Amino acid sequence: MEKKWPLWEIFVRSKNGLEHRHFGSLHAADADMALENARDVYTRRSEGVSIWVVESKNITASNPENNGELFEPAQDKVYRHPTFYTLPDEIKHM
Amino acid sequence: MSDAQLKNLEEIFEQRIANDEKIEPKDWMPEKYRKTHIRQISQHAHSEIVGMLPEGNWITRAPSLRRKVALLAKVQDEAGHGLYLYSACETLGISRDELYEQLHSGKAKYSSIFNYPTVTWADMGAIGWLVDGAAIINQVPLCNTSYGPYARAMIRVCKEESFHQRQGFEIMMTLCNGTEAQKQMAQDALNRWWWPSLMMLGPVDAESVHTEQSMKWKLKRKTNDELRQQFIDQTVPQADILGLTVPDPDLKWNEETGHYDFGEINWDEFWQVVKGHGPCNKERMNARVGAWEKGTWVRDAAMAYAEKQQNKKENPAKAV
Ligand SMILES: [Fe+2]
Ligand SMILES: [Fe+2]
Repeated sequence: MEKKWPLWEIFVRSKNGLEHRHFGSLHAADADMALENARDVYTRRSEGVSIWVVESKNITASNPENNGELFEPAQDKVYRHPTFYTLPDEIKHM
Repeated sequence: MSDAQLKNLEEIFEQRIANDEKIEPKDWMPEKYRKTHIRQISQHAHSEIVGMLPEGNWITRAPSLRRKVALLAKVQDEAGHGLYLYSACETLGISRDELYEQLHSGKAKYSSIFNYPTVTWADMGAIGWLVDGAAIINQVPLCNTSYGPYARAMIRVCKEESFHQRQGFEIMMTLCNGTEAQKQMAQDALNRWWWPSLMMLGPVDAESVHTEQSMKWKLKRKTNDELRQQFIDQTVPQADILGLTVPDPDLKWNEETGHYDFGEINWDEFWQVVKGHGPCNKERMNARVGAWEKGTWVRDAAMAYAEKQQNKKENPAKAV
């Protein structure tokens, strides 16, 4: 019975100055092969200058069911936004 | 979960899609949504992978280096499309091996067009022009579908398809501007690929069972018949430019509707091919299953090597 190649998540920086972005996933026996495969699968047309590969099982993701408690508290903190503060119209550059 | 709770969740879910929100892998979704998406995305992935076979047939015999690099690049793109789609499908909780198993056992379908043989070089032109052309018409609306990973995969696929169609049309154009024999070869390829390309856009609306649900989930934006009409309307003028005749005696511009009228499609042939009785169904599956089985030792060796490297890293002392 063969052992399955694990799943890897692929992150690509499209050019210097930009962050690595999630591009998709693929199967590979190890990290080196994941990098090689990622190059062939996700950067055939110069889409990247740097690749990160992370084995999918090492990613811990938040659960959308908890989105309420995780993200809703930010919604009533309007004072974190500049528009919350009233200034006279004459004030420039602020 | 009670029936009422489930119904409530389903309503919220449908509302999110109606509001153009995307569904992501860990979101709650109705079982039917998950199953339908696994079926459609995997069928799509299988089509990309099996679709490499008819064209792979001509790589070694491409008439020039220019044609060979283009065909190689196109076939490699199709492998990439399959891989984007398989990984999108896996986010729905099915493994790659299960997906392959469904293809190899015949449980899952792939596009019936790839069960036709590629007998001349002109078929490489006709496939790029017509088959990729029809695929583009099918795929562009999917860039906006409701399931996030599928939509993102489709955006990537659509960016790459345009080259496929153009290289095919260029092959046709070169043949049509060549000798009489070359032009005849192009005409013969059009004759053989025209009707299967129309069938590729799916059964007529009256017989297409999933249309309504698929529209709601944005797996479909237009019906099969609408897509087919769009394909015919845009392709016939291209055939005119090539100086080729579309093999349909009933094909006629209709001033009133602003569309081409066209002849009866042989749906018996379509269903025969879908059911496994096309000219190349067996050959395609043998090639696919054969490649998978003959590759077993390579996959095993890669895994064994990876484990050995890992052990060396963890216990450098023990390494010999
Ligand atoms: Fe493709
Ligand atoms: Fe293509």
